[in-house]
Amino acid sequence: MKIPRKYAEKSFLTLLTLPIFFFIFFPILWLLSASFSTQAELFSVPIHWIPLHPTLKNYLDIFFPNQATSSVPQTFAVALINSLKISSAVTVTSIFVGSIAAYALVRIPFRLNRPIQLGIIATRMIPEVSLVLPLFIIATSLQLINKPIVLIVTYLSFALPYAIWMLIAFFGTIPVELEEAARLDGCTRLGILFRVVMPISGPGLVSTAMFTFLLAWDEFFYALIFTSTLASKTAPVAMAEFIGRYAMNTTGMMAGGILAALPPVILAFIFQRYIVSGLTAGSVKG
Amino acid sequence: MRTFVGLGNYLTMIQDQVFWDTIGRSLYFTIVSVGIELLLGLAIAQLIHSRPWGWKFLRFSLIIPWAVPTIVNGAMWRWIYNADFGALNGLLMQLGLIDHYVAWLTLPNMAMNLVILADVWHTMPFVALILQAAFATLPPELDEAAAVDGASALQRFLKIRLPLLRPAILVALIARTVDAFRVFDIVYIITNAGPANKTMTITYLTYLNSFQYGKQGIGAALSFLISFFTIIMAFIFIRFLYRPEETQ
Repeated sequence: MKIPRKYAEKSFLTLLTLPIFFFIFFPILWLLSASFSTQAELFSVPIHWIPLHPTLKNYLDIFFPNQATSSVPQTFAVALINSLKISSAVTVTSIFVGSIAAYALVRIPFRLNRPIQLGIIATRMIPEVSLVLPLFIIATSLQLINKPIVLIVTYLSFALPYAIWMLIAFFGTIPVELEEAARLDGCTRLGILFRVVMPISGPGLVSTAMFTFLLAWDEFFYALIFTSTLASKTAPVAMAEFIGRYAMNTTGMMAGGILAALPPVILAFIFQRYIVSGLTAGSVKG
Repeated sequence: MRTFVGLGNYLTMIQDQVFWDTIGRSLYFTIVSVGIELLLGLAIAQLIHSRPWGWKFLRFSLIIPWAVPTIVNGAMWRWIYNADFGALNGLLMQLGLIDHYVAWLTLPNMAMNLVILADVWHTMPFVALILQAAFATLPPELDEAAAVDGASALQRFLKIRLPLLRPAILVALIARTVDAFRVFDIVYIITNAGPANKTMTITYLTYLNSFQYGKQGIGAALSFLISFFTIIMAFIFIRFLYRPEETQ
């Protein structure tokens, strides 16, 4: 039987996707499998791809830490909550302050409007490593080291410009006519922003919020320098802390890694249709 | 007490062979990782655009590596490369490609390439997602017209689609190059600049000077240079690749 050309072509293309799927899923599935393993099974040779005796212990230790659990799950329990608090605070502040700033820059013509917009983009060019030292000196003299507020403020230094830049792009697409009607009804500028512009910019706000959260959640360098106590570490720092000493509780770390990856992955799946517009808007500023 | 040293820190720095070595490694990391990401990202974007079975699932899958935090990604690959129980050893052993476990990260000529592989896993989807979105905006008529005129599939890709994709490629290229040149997190977590400093990048050297060696002056000079290089690179891309009329 002769196979139609189109069918053969499609089969060939589909065959090409297989190595890509393998490359994408092999690392992450192994991490997932290891997080359900016991330490003994993880260290076995030849390798057990799927644990023979899967266990939830690694996760339960993080969710319900007690005296008996090792320092790995205890640290992760604290670090994940720190990360959640800091990233949420950064996201809420960025959206609130960023909306006001972006709206002013889009709608109010003033002399320094353009230079300010360019200045906001230019902050992206400055590497973290050159800001961390002066910030560290300031934070130390203000006795803010190891406090969540220092990370929130520092993260805002890159998250806020990012949010403003994305929101400028979204607010710029809203027709002015919509606002004029509200203005005639006696609405103030802020009233228009909160009652007209923000409600119809739903997708823009959601996408900006997601990217801001991911930026804050992913941040490692500042957190590494600004936190030294167990109670103040974020999830990436906790991860880095334990990675060097794998004799301890490797499977606990793997479960911690999966839990640290879960919030961004879930957010990205829920808001996947906004990702591409966000990626493009976010990187144009580079 | 501080004393003004003029260009002293810069002079100390450029006379140090370690400085030039780290610049070389950062450039190697940037060129190889961004190069692979761009080629692989472009290939995957084209593949998605060609609509194989499961293309939607492929596009969906790309989101996972992109969303995994950088440090989790680094830690994951460090475990994969692990000498005693790593998945890479396990896989190669079962395939019969090696007959004993290898301590991958202690091999001086492998370490940087292994860090690059981990970086590619994490950031290639970013390039692929941007480029596949750009593919979706291309007018199909152009391609069909060229096919009627007898252009081969390769010619249509190189002569029709690739030039139209230039703005999207530029966006991905600038964003990735600027980030790759400042690479720190993934090196810190996978190799700690080892073995024997073979993966020490310029940002890592800056970190060491500022926070381990107590040489903040040198650290500040280094970070100024990193900013300078970054801006130069962005400028070069914009100068040579950007054609304003194409983005409209």
